[in-house]
Formats: sequence, C-alpha cells, structure tokens
Amino acid sequence: MRDVCLIGIGQTPIGEKWDLSLRHLAFSALTAAAADAGIERPDALFVGNMLASRLNDQAQLGALIADFCGWRGIEAVTVEAACASGGAALQAAIRAVASGAADTAAVCGVEKMTDGSKVETAGALATAADAEYEGIHGVTFVALNALLMQRYMHEYHVPHEAFAPFSINAHHNAINNPNAMFQEELTLQTYLKAPVIAPPINLYDSSPICDGAAAVIVASIEVARDLPGTTPVHVLASASATDSLNLDDRHDLLSLNAARLSAQKAYQQAGLVPADMDLFEVHDAFSIMAALSLEAAGFADRGRAAYMAQDGEIGLNGRIPISTMGGLKARGHPVGATGVYEVVDLVTQLRGEAGANQVKGARLGMTQNIGGTGATVITHILGI
Amino acid sequence: MNLSQNWRLAEQRYRLVGEICPHCGVKIYPPRDACPDCSQPAQERFTFSGKGEIYSYTVVLDAPEGYEEQVPYLIALVKLDEGPMLTAQLTDFDREPEIGDRVEMVTRKLRTEGNAGIIVYGYKFRPLLMP
Ligand SMILES: [Zn+2]
Repeated sequence: MRDVCLIGIGQTPIGEKWDLSLRHLAFSALTAAAADAGIERPDALFVGNMLASRLNDQAQLGALIADFCGWRGIEAVTVEAACASGGAALQAAIRAVASGAADTAAVCGVEKMTDGSKVETAGALATAADAEYEGIHGVTFVALNALLMQRYMHEYHVPHEAFAPFSINAHHNAINNPNAMFQEELTLQTYLKAPVIAPPINLYDSSPICDGAAAVIVASIEVARDLPGTTPVHVLASASATDSLNLDDRHDLLSLNAARLSAQKAYQQAGLVPADMDLFEVHDAFSIMAALSLEAAGFADRGRAAYMAQDGEIGLNGRIPISTMGGLKARGHPVGATGVYEVVDLVTQLRGEAGANQVKGARLGMTQNIGGTGATVITHILGI
Repeated sequence: MNLSQNWRLAEQRYRLVGEICPHCGVKIYPPRDACPDCSQPAQERFTFSGKGEIYSYTVVLDAPEGYEEQVPYLIALVKLDEGPMLTAQLTDFDREPEIGDRVEMVTRKLRTEGNAGIIVYGYKFRPLLMP
C-alpha cells in the first residue's frame, strides 16, 4: 500500500436548505474540493449517504452525482454505514488510492434530511437500529442514546448538568464557523432550562436535523507533488471496527467497544498514542456519545469524560480540543455527511486555516465517526 | 416491517424463544446462528421466563411513523433473569420506573399499520405482579 494524502476540501453551509436538492449540495461541496485541490476530474467518487433511499426516493447516488459534476464515466458508488457513512466512504477512497487502483479519488458526504417530515425522518434514522428487535418497539435514535445516558449517570453517579460543557464548547466554537448551523453562544442557564426530548436528554444534548454536504479529494503523494499550491495533509491511519447493531446486545453497554477497537487499530497504524493528538473531532451527535467516544479513544478514564470537559480540557487551548468548528452539535449533523465534515474541519486545523478557532501548532489530529449507537466506528488520524 | 417479516418472528414476539449455546452454555436473545460469546454455531432453542429487571429506561416523546398515537411511552433495556438484555416498551406503570425495578413480560399491541393494515402484537414489560 502506498502513502496517501488529502489535497482538497469543500463544504456547504449546514442548515435547513429548502432551496437546495441533494445533488446541488453534493455538487457545491465537490466542485469546491476539486478547485481547492487543483484537479478537474477524479478517477473515482465515493459517496457517503444514509437516508436518500427513504427521504429523497433516490438510490445510486454515485452515478447521479458523478454525472451532475460533469464526471460521467468515472467509477462511482455509495457507501452506507448509518451516521458513519461519510467516514466509511473516505476509508474506501483512501484504500482505492493506496492500492494503486486510483491516483485521485473524490469523497462526498451528503444528506438532505429536510425533504422528510419529522416522523418520516425519525423513522428513517431508526433504521440504523435493529428493525426486528429495537425498531419494532418504537425506539428512536434519541431514545437509544437516552438509554445510554441514563445508565451512565446511574452507574458513575454523574449528574445531568455535568454534560453541559460539551454543548457549551461546541456552540462557542461554531460562532467563528460561517458554515455552522448554530452560530450563537449557549449559556449554562439556557442548557439547564432546555426542554427534555427523551429523559435525561435535553434539546442541547442532541444534534439537529439538517442538510449539508462536505467533500475531500484523496491523492497519492506523487500526484500531490505535481500540484503546485496544495498543502497535502497525510493520512496516518484509517481504521474501522464493528459491534452488535443493537444496544441491548453489547457485552459492556458503556464501553463502546467498536470505538475502542477502531481507535486502538488507528494508533497502531500511525505509531502514535492519544497524548500525541493536538485535537480530536469527536462524534458528538449526543453529549453522551462525546463522553463515551472520549473514553473509548483513550482521552479520559471510564466515567470521567464529563469532568474532563468541566475542567476546560476540551476547549481550543485545552489538553485535547474537541468539536473545534462546532462539532455535530452546533456545526450540524447531516448524518451521512458528518464523517466528511469532521475530516474537513481537521484538515482546516492542520493547514492552519481555522482563523479565530485555530488550535495553536496543530500537527496531528484524529476524527471518530460513529454509526448508529456505536455499531460501526471509523477512526482517521491525519498529520501535516 | 412487512407481514412476512413480522410472521417469522412470532416465536420471539409471543414466547421469548431464544437459544442456548451448546458449547459455552450462554443463553442468547435475540436468537442468531452463531454464539456472540464463543462464535461457535448455536441453534439450540431456549425459552426465557420473561422475568427480569430494568437496566435503563427513557420516555419517547417524538415517535417514529406508526407510533404517534402511543406518545408518550416508556422504552427500557430489560435484563432478563437468565442473562441477556432486550429492548421493549414498559407498560402498566403508574409511577416513574427506576433502574433495578423487577418486571415481567406481557403480550400487547406493538403497533397498527393504518385502518387496513396488520396489527403487530409482541412483548412489553410491566411491574412484576407476584414477586
Ligand atoms: Zn458459546
């Protein structure tokens, strides 16, 4: 396998984009990424998407989007792993380039969620759970995360308000990200008074329903060398792992085993340890997921992630900055696109282009993209 | 889920039929073809007692399609006395449930699929009547 780097990034603002279709969102992100990389046409396209078949009545996004971008003829497929679809598409692209099958590969995470009604979207998201043993009982994604959070608070004696710093940090960092959905401060008082959506989860523990697309261009080192003006960011690890699809079947409910396994594999590939990371783009779809991911990836002891957040360790100047451009919580969580947004944010930091949110001296960083309640987890480590 | 998908699960939904691993003895629910503990083939049937305790719970306020009329409803992880955990609605609770509460299986309507569609029955869990 040869070394691979990321040479271009692109993204659309995240929000309720009533005037933009799925294909237009993908087009915006991909053409921006291709222009940033200085290429006209990639050898292959990998699309990360979860919900298009249900909410947009559309399958075969690979061919649709390749054609819409003017790339008719290239190899193009969709990769699906629920909310980890974006990370999975990136991994497929990295492998295509690393193997020599392609010299350049485009990745596009795209999700157009607002085409569905509220109940349609809740039902579509619930398909990431086990339809026969979880879905049939009327679970929602919020409810499954609430089951995790309730047990976490019970087992570790952590009060709900201890999770507030995750949301406050994400909202604070989103203010300086023009692509973020919520560009406003969140105060502790507002967090504490927020309506409960599935106890103990409140509105600010949860990420929003939204539309968006993000894109990355993957290339071999040789291709990158021939492109003047690009700042290649090196892929040091790309690792994934799985766990039971259903939450009730986990050997240890609070360990998020696939997150632990994929992080361990990634550290091993890169020859690095958690302390080497300058920042971590965490999958904070819910506050509890941020906590469990930090623990599984080795940044906090079990049951301690919330306290670590309280001590300011997750801020831009903290020990391990997270959600540096707003995270899923405030930047937004267009589910199949999220894994690519995480990588776009990390690349922005490593290139030193994060403006007011720049993590000083950032040279190494990690992303973790979580599908469902932790059944598919994909970890990437990048370096400059 | 369609008619045949539901029909195939009748033994699980009505009687909690799972499996026991002939190699390591672990009891398995939901049933599958390989043991989650030792990865060996495991297709020996085992019927669970339907008694257990609440491991975690929450309330669904924003329901998915087909469950809107039941809102609000309780969802729990129930740890069965024989070991495995499952996901189900709690029913007949006239108070806030607590982690550790003893519960038992009852058969109830899970959902209806419109006026002309099927009615899906299956397990829910209520407070244990006779401890
Ligand atoms: Zn076994």
